[in-house]
Amino acid sequence: MPILEGQDVTKYFGGLAAVSHVDFYIDQGEILGLIGPNGAGKTTLFNLISAAFPISSGEIRFKGHKLNGLKPHQICKMGVSRTFQETKVFANMPVLQNVLVGAFFGTPTRISGEDAAREATQALEFVELSAMSATPVKDLTLVNQKRVEVARALATKPEVLLLDELMAGLNSAEISEAMELVNRIRDTGITIFVVEHVMKAIMGICGRIMVLHHGEKIAEGTPQEIATNKQVIEIYLGEEAHAGS
Amino acid sequence: MDITGFISTHKKLLLVVFLVLLVVFLATVPLYGGIYNVRVLTAALTMVILAVSWAMFSGTTGYMSLAPAAFFGLGIYTMCVLEKQLPFLVIVVIGGLVAFAFALLVGLVTLRLKGIYFAIFTFGLVVFMSELINYLEVAIRQAHGWHITPLDNTMLFHTMLGLAVVTVLAIYFIRRSRYGLAMMSIGGNEEAAEHMGIHTTRVKVFTFAISSMFMGAAGVITAPILIYINSNIAFSFYYSFMPILMAVFGGMGQLYGPIVGAVVFTYLERLVRNQFPNYFMIGFGIILVVVIMFLPNGITGLVPMLQGKLSGVIARLRKGGEAEPHANT
Repeated sequence: MPILEGQDVTKYFGGLAAVSHVDFYIDQGEILGLIGPNGAGKTTLFNLISAAFPISSGEIRFKGHKLNGLKPHQICKMGVSRTFQETKVFANMPVLQNVLVGAFFGTPTRISGEDAAREATQALEFVELSAMSATPVKDLTLVNQKRVEVARALATKPEVLLLDELMAGLNSAEISEAMELVNRIRDTGITIFVVEHVMKAIMGICGRIMVLHHGEKIAEGTPQEIATNKQVIEIYLGEEAHAGS
Repeated sequence: MDITGFISTHKKLLLVVFLVLLVVFLATVPLYGGIYNVRVLTAALTMVILAVSWAMFSGTTGYMSLAPAAFFGLGIYTMCVLEKQLPFLVIVVIGGLVAFAFALLVGLVTLRLKGIYFAIFTFGLVVFMSELINYLEVAIRQAHGWHITPLDNTMLFHTMLGLAVVTVLAIYFIRRSRYGLAMMSIGGNEEAAEHMGIHTTRVKVFTFAISSMFMGAAGVITAPILIYINSNIAFSFYYSFMPILMAVFGGMGQLYGPIVGAVVFTYLERLVRNQFPNYFMIGFGIILVVVIMFLPNGITGLVPMLQGKLSGVIARLRKGGEAEPHANT
């Protein structure tokens, strides 16, 4: 049984179908990539999984439990955590306190202050930000703010982690580090669903890739299959290849 | 024995001792302070309660409530209605609970409003309460206003002091608790807070109700001081705006900011009002504009700023002292 799956997932904004009849699944321990041109509905799909918006029709299940109708804080407590495309950090709070929020509130059981502090410290070590734990997050660079978001999400002890454009705006050295980080997270047993525009990264880390276009799923397969899929090349990679030539 | 060492290792203990002594000192003021001072102190403590409660919710979550007067007025009217029926202290508790329940109700309906819309709603709430109570008074009692039997000033002062201590202690612990962290993260980014497992609606409604509870209880104690009460007096915007100005004036970064702001502001108000009864609002306006422009963290924000400046000056002096011999050689 897949750890997270969606059937016929549809979201309308007014008359526009932002996500239309999409089926998807993620198996325990895999890294699934989600790509598509701007406006394809990638972030909307993440928002539906994490319950930022209610779903219009279809259903999403996590370990067999229906997620429809739940609130974001309940989804997080169940074990599905996320980061944001536009970083949404607690800017005036120190790094450690940002992560502490995840440790304190993200798990289903009540946690003591000491345990929460230990979890948060560990999560910060994992993303290699321990040295900045007392710095207010607003003083951090973009790449480090994104790491804070990852640490905060990890502190909630997720089973599935949704990473929304973790690498957007990073330089190529930072992208390599981020790829390594994603692989290390997967190695701890966490299942990962990534939205990404950086092709090098998505081809490098994902076991399987899904392609959305105008809210519909148009392709799915291994990175090699996606890279050679005619339709995908035409509507998505083709633009890049064209622009690059 | 090294005194500075003792101070730095026992900072907390010394602070507690200082605060206990301060409360004891305040409690004994009626013995020698005279009636005027007791009354001004009572007013200052009222504002401390309102400013600290307001800052606890609005200062941390960023939801600007203009409704302190609504809950304060509700407390005043609780006293009007129950004055003859129950002992005073019981009414204080009931006034708090009435405000708590009313804030729960209001919060459930309105805390999904964001930013300016929440502020406008709470502004309207004060007007609404004033008009509603006015209407009910005429409809039920066929009379305007209430006369409350005046109570002993010293007793009122001691009750207000007790409530202020309870309020500050409660809010000290709330700020340090999970609720404190949750409120701060809601203020930082509500969407992220919700996605990190915080039941934001519950946190907001509950903390809004707690802060309103202290305002309601303070209203009950204020009623006998006012003696004559009608809906315009009880639901005066003075009680909404003053605590906010005081909290901003004092600085909302720390718990003691609004306390310092409320005390300083109350005395400042009396001073300016006595000297220039017709112009005191102008003086106030100028003070506030200056504080907001130059001290974004309030007057208590000055302390770390001056500390930084001072240590800079000391460092420069030391450097200067060392540099001089070099210049001579």
